[in-house]
Amino acid sequence: MSDYEMVVGLEVHVQLKTRTKAFCNSPTTFGAEPNVNTCPICLALPGALPVLNAHAVELAVRAALALGCTVHGTSIFARKNYFYPDLPKGYQISQYDRPLATGGRLAGVGITRVHMEEDAGKSIHDRYTGATAIDLNRAGVPLIEIVSEPDIRSAQEARRYLQTLKQVLEYVDVSDVDMEKGSLRVDANVSARRTGETKFGTKTEVKNMNTFSGVEKALEAEFARQVAVLETGGRVVQQTMLWDGAKGEVRPARSKEESHDYRYFPEPDLPPLVLTDAYIDQIRRALPELPDARRARFREQYGLGDQEIDELVADIPLAAYFEETAKASGNAKTAANWMRGELLAALRAGGGDVQTFPVRPKALAELLGLVGEGAVSHTAARTIFEKMIATGEGAGRIADREGLRKVSDDAALEQWIGEVRTENPTEWARFQAGETKLQKVLVGLVMKKSKGKADPQRVNQLLAGGV
Amino acid sequence: MKADFARAAGLNIILAEDPEARPSVDHGPLHDIPVAIKDNIATLRMPTSCGSRILEGYISPYEATVVSRLRAAGAVIACKTNMDEFAMGSSTEHSAFGPARNPVDPTRVPGGSSGGSAAAVAAGVVPIALGSETGGSVRQPAAFCGVVGVKPTYGRVSRFGLVAFASSLDQVGVLARTVDDSALAMQIIAGRDPMDATSADIPVPEYRAAAARPVSTLTIGRPREYFPDALDPAIRARCDDVLAKLRDAGATIRDVSLPHSGLAIPVYYIIAPAEASSNLARFDGVRYGLRVTGDGLTAMYEATRSKGFGAEVTRRILLGTYVLSAGYYDAYYKKAQQVRALITQDFHTVFNSGVDVLFTPTTPTPAFKIGAVSDPYEMYLNDIFTCTANLAGNPAISVPIGTVNGLPIGGQIIAPHFGEEAMFAAAYAVERL
Amino acid sequence: MAVTFDDVRHIASLARLSVSEERLPALVGELNAILAHMEALQRVDVSGVPADLAAGMTPMPLRADGGEQLRLAWPREEFAPDMRDGFYLVPRLATHEDVDE
Repeated sequence: MSDYEMVVGLEVHVQLKTRTKAFCNSPTTFGAEPNVNTCPICLALPGALPVLNAHAVELAVRAALALGCTVHGTSIFARKNYFYPDLPKGYQISQYDRPLATGGRLAGVGITRVHMEEDAGKSIHDRYTGATAIDLNRAGVPLIEIVSEPDIRSAQEARRYLQTLKQVLEYVDVSDVDMEKGSLRVDANVSARRTGETKFGTKTEVKNMNTFSGVEKALEAEFARQVAVLETGGRVVQQTMLWDGAKGEVRPARSKEESHDYRYFPEPDLPPLVLTDAYIDQIRRALPELPDARRARFREQYGLGDQEIDELVADIPLAAYFEETAKASGNAKTAANWMRGELLAALRAGGGDVQTFPVRPKALAELLGLVGEGAVSHTAARTIFEKMIATGEGAGRIADREGLRKVSDDAALEQWIGEVRTENPTEWARFQAGETKLQKVLVGLVMKKSKGKADPQRVNQLLAGGV
Repeated sequence: MKADFARAAGLNIILAEDPEARPSVDHGPLHDIPVAIKDNIATLRMPTSCGSRILEGYISPYEATVVSRLRAAGAVIACKTNMDEFAMGSSTEHSAFGPARNPVDPTRVPGGSSGGSAAAVAAGVVPIALGSETGGSVRQPAAFCGVVGVKPTYGRVSRFGLVAFASSLDQVGVLARTVDDSALAMQIIAGRDPMDATSADIPVPEYRAAAARPVSTLTIGRPREYFPDALDPAIRARCDDVLAKLRDAGATIRDVSLPHSGLAIPVYYIIAPAEASSNLARFDGVRYGLRVTGDGLTAMYEATRSKGFGAEVTRRILLGTYVLSAGYYDAYYKKAQQVRALITQDFHTVFNSGVDVLFTPTTPTPAFKIGAVSDPYEMYLNDIFTCTANLAGNPAISVPIGTVNGLPIGGQIIAPHFGEEAMFAAAYAVERL
Repeated sequence: MAVTFDDVRHIASLARLSVSEERLPALVGELNAILAHMEALQRVDVSGVPADLAAGMTPMPLRADGGEQLRLAWPREEFAPDMRDGFYLVPRLATHEDVDE
């Protein structure tokens, strides 16, 4: 199989998170009772007409810019004509030869185009015997279709592309990109050819991949199937394949309908979509810092390593929280460590998200300051942090009230040392006799006695000095 | 004032009446005036069947913008009128509910597709009716029935609630007994509608003020292509007589040319069926209208649509599907749109050369006998003088200019885009002759 | 370009219309007669027409993302051919393994 290489292009459909549908004011809420989110327009009643949602345009432009595309000043909607019960008009309003945007790049993969279109409804086949149930709530929800160049050469690369795509779209907040809820859907075009060959082989379309790992497995399965065909001298038939996640195999879609003749023509109900340079620039300027740029900046500005960066950049609010904390505390490294450790653990335990976390960046910075200046030990800091979460009080105030500040006062330390000596005469005697490695043990006992408050450095000094 | 349905007896022009119809407001420029609505315009209280079995009995759960505007002006929405099925026809013989008859001579067609609306006005059932235009479907029946028929500039009047036939051509039009009534009704229904993305954001002037414009300020073009050698000599004579009288009244008459006019019918009969084939795909028996069950989904679609659509609609859907299909799109649909641009340019050129309006016959013949025209293409030729204005989007009006062998004929005035004022001014002048 | 019997069968299928075999010859004849008139367009010189027909058009207006849903004057069930539990029902698709588009 290493004689052959996989050639993959991905078509990703993304639902835009508008409040209303692409061409009417029906709500886009997920999970509503069947057909309540419909109106004469998305039901395709006689005489109804589409009017495009301005916010859908804005989100589509934002996504296209974030993917490095050129957004075109004029784009045209077109009708894609076919019959299906969840396609009320008998055509889908989409874009054909004048799409919104072309020519982008993501994760080393070229992006051919990004265009706007409307979603179809849902057909549910096994709810009633002998019938298919149609729910048109989803019909008319605005989508962008992102078509990649056939640049992908492995299933892992496909997965990376999809993960990066998801992250970028989350960053620019245009979609929930949730494959489980259907706001991100993936179809693949797959072909195989001998390594080194430049001509493309016949491609098949692979559908019904519902997770990223499903995509990976499906691509590998289809590639293997095609290679097996080619190796035995056969020819790959152009057809649609469906991924069966349960069985772990691809098989041809049973439908043998004539290959679709969509009879595209410009949508006469919608004049051209014209976007001024000023409009596009304004959206470009308002784009948040995208993941790659943020990673580079974190590396340079804060001196963080790849592992740290990955964890902090994954989530926009987390990254923002980190930056605020780093700035307030003046120490990016400790901020990063504390966040990756204690804070993420607390979030996981509490089940909340960082935006509603009770300890805000400035407060965390105060705690980190206390640790940094040696006023509290790391152990004490953890205790203080827990109390900060529970009570919302400041670190300093808690440290004082609970007596968690490190004690460096010799009198107090000598008191605790004395108690340890009294309680551990054997060990003390051995230490006095010269077993210096017992110093650590004794320091530990002093720390325990002092409930973590003793300044371990000073205790060491006192013990070494022969108290 | 009540609609006089007795006058419709035997003519099969009314498909539904609303006996409880009354004004929605107690004032307004059309207060208490009964208006007839063509059956392809959505009304809440009567069916909108579009003259088709596939929508027989279907009552729209929302109302067309033009109907809302009429009601807001105090009008009474009295009845729905008969029409060629889905507006495809020039005689109202293609209605699933039987042909309509011309009140002037009930053995003859009233024209189409807004035959019922034109006849309702001509018979005196109502003073004003709404129709729809795609290739001449208001002006041609107006000419056949001896009433005024107006098609506005494309985009002047909202299409929201007008069941689409050919979306880039369709417009709601007005039928009335006088130019003044038609100007009033047009005034009320015209104007931007946020529910229609093709509706123009241009203010609506006071159309009736055009009555005061002196005819001496008009330069009227006589396009030679609309007066071909083969034109019925009686019609030619009437039209030239009108032009001569306009000249006597002070207008300037000029010979002009719209060289691509002869291509209008082929262009129209590619573009309109193409768009129609797509617009009529929604009639699938799934969510409303007729459903004929079959063995499986495809059988249901085919049985429903074959039973629900008549022969002319079927023919046009097939034609439209063909000209859009793979391999034929460039040669037919795309080429037709390009030639359409040439037709539009012809009007621009003439109107930019100092001509205010054009005057032509509305139809090549007066109303023909029911059943007389069976060849589809021959029927299409009824639109030969009217469909250029639809293709180019220009406003046009047909005004009665007398009779030929006792049958009414119309004179057509075509104006520049959003030049309804000049159009009405010329129409008032012709009416006054 | 002449339309054949198979062409008409194919486009009828695309358009979800069933044309009986008895009707087919007449229909093919009618369509060919109409299309013959369209041949005039082949000879027209359109070199003067701008390549981008959209360039001269007034751009589309957009609408705000919100506002009230357009209401139906009466429930969907009242004019639907077959609804159950809020769903539109159609005969079960023979190719039910086909994926939602």
